[in-house]
Amino acid sequence: MNSTETSSGQFLHNLILFGRLLRGLGLDVNPGRMMDLVHALRFVEIGNKSDFYHTVRSLLVHRHEDVPLFDQAFDMFWQKPMEGWTTLDLSVFGGKRRVRRARITPPPVREEAAPPEDNQAGSPPADQPPVLQVTLTYSDREILRHKDFADLTGDELAAIKHLMANLVWRLGERRTRRRKPGPGEGVDLRRTLRRNFKYGGEVLEWAHREPKFKPRPLVILADVSGSMERYTRLLLHFLYSLAEGLDQVVETFLFSTRLTRITRQLRGRDADQALRKVSRAVSDWSGGTRIGEALKTFNFGWGRRVLGRGAVVLLISDGWDCGDVSLLHEEMARLQRNCYRLVWLNPLLGSPGYEPLTRGMQTALPFVDDFLPIHSLSSLEDLAEHLVRLDERRLARRQRRAIAA
Amino acid sequence: MTYNSIDELQQALRSQLYVADRGLATAIFLALKLGRPLFLEGEAGVGKTEVAKVITQLLDTDLIRLQCYEGLDVHHAVYEWNYTRQMLHIRLLEARGEHAAEAELFGPEFLLRRPLLQAIENTRDRPRVLLVDEVDRSDDEFEAFLLEVLSDFQITIPEIGTLKAERPPFVVVTSNRTREVHDALKRRCLYYWIDYPTFEKELEIVRAKVPHAPAQLARQITGFIQELRQADLYKIPGVAETLDWTAALVALDQQALEPSIVDETLGVILKYQDDVQKVKGEHVKAILDRIRVGS
Repeated sequence: MNSTETSSGQFLHNLILFGRLLRGLGLDVNPGRMMDLVHALRFVEIGNKSDFYHTVRSLLVHRHEDVPLFDQAFDMFWQKPMEGWTTLDLSVFGGKRRVRRARITPPPVREEAAPPEDNQAGSPPADQPPVLQVTLTYSDREILRHKDFADLTGDELAAIKHLMANLVWRLGERRTRRRKPGPGEGVDLRRTLRRNFKYGGEVLEWAHREPKFKPRPLVILADVSGSMERYTRLLLHFLYSLAEGLDQVVETFLFSTRLTRITRQLRGRDADQALRKVSRAVSDWSGGTRIGEALKTFNFGWGRRVLGRGAVVLLISDGWDCGDVSLLHEEMARLQRNCYRLVWLNPLLGSPGYEPLTRGMQTALPFVDDFLPIHSLSSLEDLAEHLVRLDERRLARRQRRAIAA
Repeated sequence: MTYNSIDELQQALRSQLYVADRGLATAIFLALKLGRPLFLEGEAGVGKTEVAKVITQLLDTDLIRLQCYEGLDVHHAVYEWNYTRQMLHIRLLEARGEHAAEAELFGPEFLLRRPLLQAIENTRDRPRVLLVDEVDRSDDEFEAFLLEVLSDFQITIPEIGTLKAERPPFVVVTSNRTREVHDALKRRCLYYWIDYPTFEKELEIVRAKVPHAPAQLARQITGFIQELRQADLYKIPGVAETLDWTAALVALDQQALEPSIVDETLGVILKYQDDVQKVKGEHVKAILDRIRVGS
């Protein structure tokens, strides 16, 4: 304790620098927490490094994921001699972020007229599509609605993105265990009593409660491997518009050889910025496909955390799988058991004459509740309608195939 | 009872048969000192709930437990009026030709106190321990409410007014992470992630909790479970499973682990059929060989 009295100014200074460093790394550290920490340190022998470490950690970290980053920062910061430290030295950490991944270029833009750089530099990109839309006649739009995403030209792509943003998404609701006042079957005793006071203990008017309904949680697993490349760009826009369009949290994951969670990256008002963040976060664009392995990572690491409360899972993939088939079988079964409804969206299902004959698709189909196309705007509209209709009752689990319109 | 150092607390925890890491002891110590809630996260069966029970013992006070579930509302978590009694009271007064005054009907004698209110309305001279168990099972609505209670330790009942805790309870919140708990709630608390214990620590726990288990058996069980946690399982066994298994094998009068008996009792530690299938037979033998070499 004595040592802190004498050099407390210096120590406090360092502590605040450390807090700033953590904030720079993306940890949720604010002045309030720092004050708590200073308060807490009065009770702890600061000379004992382990105690000091645990004190700081228990107050400044509240996500398990952040612990390794905190540890690194802690070791680095508190081992070096403190005298020379300035905020500038913290630029050592400049390259490190809370989620550290290799910087990889976004998937290649195919057939897009204007490269995205122009969009960023010039006027806001949102200006462009409306102009285009004015020039679209009704029949143009009809053609566009049914056109396969893979065959779009640059102009059409922009128009589609705009139309996509206008789709209305709503998810089927689930009866929760919570009740609210309303004309339901349960009796609301509290309100009943209040209402019947005036009758002197005679119950003449009953007040009721009814269950509260909430939209089901939505989890999306999207394939961004090489075989899906033609669809990837629009797929990302679709994921973004879905995450933005629903007023609930949508858990989104991308996979090709590895699984990446992009839920946090997709948040934000600006589509282009969100998608840039996504492309930085994913390290294996257009890689091979190991659906089984990706599903396993999901089931083991995330399933329990995001599949509660009757979640609906959208699995978007063409089913070209070069991984272990038995693993795929096992993990599909597990995934279906753990969710309320498993919807497989396949862009190839839109092409005439497509049969789901690939090994991966054959293995997975028995575990899929709904098998739907996702290749054109009209198929997205159908999907939107389908999601609204996911109600309380689920059909017996067996393979069903919806034929593309 | 107050503890002046982390060492002292760690000793005290040990005396109550709870083997705590230095980190956990620090978090508990600080939570006690700062009067902050303690938020414990970790896989199932690592002893999160146990912390609250042990602290209750240490503080020599009562434990108030609130088990969370979806749809948990104010009437089940905080208070409810005793409607039947209220009705009867009105009838009784009517029969006597009197009229019930509202203030009388909504007095303390008609109030049913649920866990949160019990914890706040403490008339004893020492703070109680409030365990909010498995908060991840509750829903957003309850979480928001809990946030309010934990920040001010006060509860407002419209008919009575605001009740503020004179001696705020020591709060332990646990979560199994089946859902992300909102950051705002965690921010109010001291956070600690309880990990699976190391071999030495787990052995110490087994010895403390099942003292009559043969020493060799305890070592083997701990070694086996430690190895099993490295395997590719959907649900990894926790410390609770280790203890259950030890108790089971002691009940079966086992002195050491044998492949056949392990296979037969796998259901005590593995709760998914896929996992049991994966481990049974060869895998069990392999692990047993490995731990025999080690010990």
